[in-house]
Amino acid sequence: MSRRRQPSENVDVCVVGAGPAGALVAARLAEQGYKVVVLDAGPRFNPEDRLKRQERALRPAYDRPAVWDGDPKRDAHTASGEWFYPLNHARVKGIGGSTLHWQGMVMRLHQDDFASASERGAGVDWPIEYEDLQPYYAEAEQELGVAGGMDNPYAPPREGPFPMAPFEPSYSDSLFAEACAELGIDMHSVPNARNSEPYDGRSECVAYGTCQPVCPSGAKYDATVHIERAESHGATVIDRAPVQRLDHGSESVEAAVYVTPEGERHRQKAEMFVVACGGVETPRLLLLSESEQYPNGLANSSGLVGKYFMDHLFAGTGGVLDEPTRQNHVGFLTSGSHQFYDDADEDVGPFKLEFFNYAGPSPVELALSGDDWGDDLLGRLGEEYGNHVAVGGLVEQLPREDSYIGLDREQTDSHGNPVPDVHWNVGERALQTIERANEVQERILRELGAEITWQAGPDSTGPAYHHMGTTRMGTNPAESVVDPTLQTHDLANCWLVGSSVFPTGGAMNPTLTIAALAVRAADSLAEAL
Amino acid sequence: MEQSQSDSSQPRSESSLSRSESSLSRRDALAALSALGMSATAGCGARAPQGGSDDEGGKENKRRMEVESTVQTYVAVAEVVYPTTLSGIETFVRSFIAARLDREERGTAMRDAVTELQTVADEWYDSSFESLAPETRDSLLRELGVDEADEDPDGTVSARVRFYVVNELLLALYSSPTGGELVGIENPQGHPGGTDTYQRGPSR
Repeated sequence: MSRRRQPSENVDVCVVGAGPAGALVAARLAEQGYKVVVLDAGPRFNPEDRLKRQERALRPAYDRPAVWDGDPKRDAHTASGEWFYPLNHARVKGIGGSTLHWQGMVMRLHQDDFASASERGAGVDWPIEYEDLQPYYAEAEQELGVAGGMDNPYAPPREGPFPMAPFEPSYSDSLFAEACAELGIDMHSVPNARNSEPYDGRSECVAYGTCQPVCPSGAKYDATVHIERAESHGATVIDRAPVQRLDHGSESVEAAVYVTPEGERHRQKAEMFVVACGGVETPRLLLLSESEQYPNGLANSSGLVGKYFMDHLFAGTGGVLDEPTRQNHVGFLTSGSHQFYDDADEDVGPFKLEFFNYAGPSPVELALSGDDWGDDLLGRLGEEYGNHVAVGGLVEQLPREDSYIGLDREQTDSHGNPVPDVHWNVGERALQTIERANEVQERILRELGAEITWQAGPDSTGPAYHHMGTTRMGTNPAESVVDPTLQTHDLANCWLVGSSVFPTGGAMNPTLTIAALAVRAADSLAEAL
Repeated sequence: MEQSQSDSSQPRSESSLSRSESSLSRRDALAALSALGMSATAGCGARAPQGGSDDEGGKENKRRMEVESTVQTYVAVAEVVYPTTLSGIETFVRSFIAARLDREERGTAMRDAVTELQTVADEWYDSSFESLAPETRDSLLRELGVDEADEDPDGTVSARVRFYVVNELLLALYSSPTGGELVGIENPQGHPGGTDTYQRGPSR
């Protein structure tokens, strides 16, 4: 076992992090014949255990981090911002990363998302445009396997159809459709990284209904797909090998220093290094790699490593009808509306609407958490399940320098390293956007004849678990951490891939953009090697 | 198992959802096995004793008797915690619980929880749990605090009986098609019922 975690010789690329960004870069480069080593802090999960993890997801004795073996000591963190951040509910450490527990929604950012300052008067512009990323979006959709339709009139330009047909609308979508037609609100399909038919050797969706946090069938994409592909082309993947720091000279990274479960400490040398640890651990690793040469952390001559931490905020409104709504058969969305997305301006940001297929409680979860059983339980299930509806939505948060990932030097993790401090501040525009989204949601539910029973508004919102912005991309080394190819400005052989490079976040789930940028970065890396 | 036929008693008048009788089928048992992460071929070792003598394999026979006692207790609890309109409870429970009991760590913990429940029945009522009338089994579980306990695999006896016994049974039922249909969802969470059902409207 110990031997298997030894460093390799003559490595072209060392990738730190086996989530979607790292896995895609590793697979792409390994396919081209480069010698790749991937290091990940978490374990390699046995696919045979997924039904057991599903049981954990359903049973009240287990919280969300326990589904994927979260380790409170390994994953220790603090949250010093105005807004509490439940970091370990928001991520999975291990081979596959947070795609193991993600929802699987894969929309492209809109054209204006790349030009927020110019077009909306808020935030900053990206150093690339939609058209630069469009071909990589197409490749990313092929890589992940996306089921989607061409019926979204608000989506950015496409070059062709999705790899798979979309999932059919749900019964509750048909209820919403009548109300939305009356209000002049357009509904359309939702792209899913979930197989509507067998794809890439994986099953079609069989509707276990527990997509988030675990898909037992493998129909939902997760990054183990690309880790396995990388390994099939000769890549070495080492799990439970948390990288402690990046040893470096003045102009380049020399080695990733990692430890093993046995307590051994190793140095993985490589020609190129790719840090793909997400919006929290990527800046943390750079900050932990401080040195005399770089006392503020690696790749941080701008002083912006960790700054501009962003997430999407959830806006939602739910209620009940006096008729069955057929919820909780599946755990994914089939319809949404991007109609209001590009109305965004300086005061109100972009937001999208989602028509839930899992509003209200699931009977099996209700059954396990009450004080009753037998006929009383059945009676309660009949009263509490069956007629819920909800419209959710994601809202953009602007980048703010006072929202950041730092190091908490008062606390250390199981390896003695300062833990990440998620200092999350949100800002007024996002809260105004939530109010706007709530208004539209209320109109829809009232038209539907629903009694509104809950609302996630400005005072009760929460994060969507999309960590973005903390090593932003730009052309000016004084104002950004990586250049448009995702190479750090400071170190020629150090690349940062993932949502940490997003200058702004838009209001679309980030993983397709993460994947597109990863595919693009792999091309740039191959050119540089 | 004199109480084992009590699974087809009268429906509750106040619940329109339970007015018609539902029967658990082999499909439900297979669904429960699937939802609980087991295969249909697992659990052979935990099946009821098939005969034999002490001379031929007394130790194995004793183990099988213990397993059978555990299974009977699960059936007896199911008759309390499942709706009264359900039939086929014993066959259903036997179909999945054997496989669950066969697992190394979890199976041992399940058997231990049942043993504790049996001990309580013996001490409080001078009877085996499964020999008690259903109403008495129900009150025993409530007196033990199992109804109000949060399930916890490492908690008090109440929490462990809730986790390893009561919720084990409720999870199996309400993640099966028949259990889901009792409340209007034929493809409940945990059951891979395919992508047709979410598109269907309610059956009138």
